[in-house]
Amino acid sequence: MESERLFHLFDRLEQSYIGEAIRNSIWMFPVIEATHLIGLAILGGSILVGDLRLLGLLLSSKPIQYVIRQTTFMLKLGLIVLVSTGIPLFLSEAIKCYYSRAFWIKMSALMLGLIFLFFIRNPICLSAEEESRKFKIIGSISISLWAIVAGSGRWIGFS
Amino acid sequence: MLEIAIWLSETEWSIALHESLYLYPWIESAHVLSICFFIGTLIFVDLRLMGAVFNKLPISEMNTRVLPWSIFGFGLMTITGLLLFYAIPVRSYQNIFFRFKIFLILLSGLNAFLFHRQMSLEGKKWDEGQNIPKTVHLKAAASLILWSGVIVSGRMIAYNWFDCDRQPQPEWVNWAAGCIMELSLTGDF
Repeated sequence: MESERLFHLFDRLEQSYIGEAIRNSIWMFPVIEATHLIGLAILGGSILVGDLRLLGLLLSSKPIQYVIRQTTFMLKLGLIVLVSTGIPLFLSEAIKCYYSRAFWIKMSALMLGLIFLFFIRNPICLSAEEESRKFKIIGSISISLWAIVAGSGRWIGFS
Repeated sequence: MLEIAIWLSETEWSIALHESLYLYPWIESAHVLSICFFIGTLIFVDLRLMGAVFNKLPISEMNTRVLPWSIFGFGLMTITGLLLFYAIPVRSYQNIFFRFKIFLILLSGLNAFLFHRQMSLEGKKWDEGQNIPKTVHLKAAASLILWSGVIVSGRMIAYNWFDCDRQPQPEWVNWAAGCIMELSLTGDF
């Protein structure tokens, strides 16, 4: 019952004006997809620089707070690019996504990743004073979640 | 060059890679995700040169602490990229986007060379707080634009719009893609 409603929702989204327009165009999907990849570079890089710092693998002589602060703007910019290109990509093939396991894994990991980022990683990293092992754990969780988001995202295209 | 690509395409491993169900997608995914390591971290090096982030850090420190991660990513990109080419050599070699991508990579390499030469000459002054010259800002901006172009043209390799087996194409497309036209196809008997 639930999934039937969800299917109808996805069906209507696929029939949406934007979805139709992208499907009817040769170049729109590729161009939006390529922009999505530039967003990946921006977000992925921002996450990596922060997380590698948490793991003590990059700029380890500099305060965690400083590195997180310096990467937050680009991180948000990357998110904006990714979401604003990801939604039209989804609308153009919503039914395919409905049946794609990779899509559901990506969305679940994305939700977890965003919650972890804005409610756990950044608040803790911006308030904590001293170095401790907990930063390595936070960095490992963050990098793993986003790797799942990016990897399963790529896999939507293969399914 | 075409002969080399044809020879590569006939080797056992190339065929195996091309026909593999999982290995090819895995290599391609690794290639795409390496963007985060390579271009993702390079963005911060370039933005530092432009004075947008990490302004408290000397440029030399960005180059010794962050740039190695970009180089690591570049290594991953190159290894996976060569494997992807090896799996589909002829079609890639005659793909207009692939050729444009290689052209942009060469330009980026030249840009990086010019930057590092400039840094080795006057980098000390930048660390001592002297204003970073406009020419450095320009090279950093060129790096960001060129590598974005590499991402876009790389993504477009997937499309066969301008492939040699899809004719007729404008003459300049066939020229740029290196298509060898049969006489009968050009209608020029």
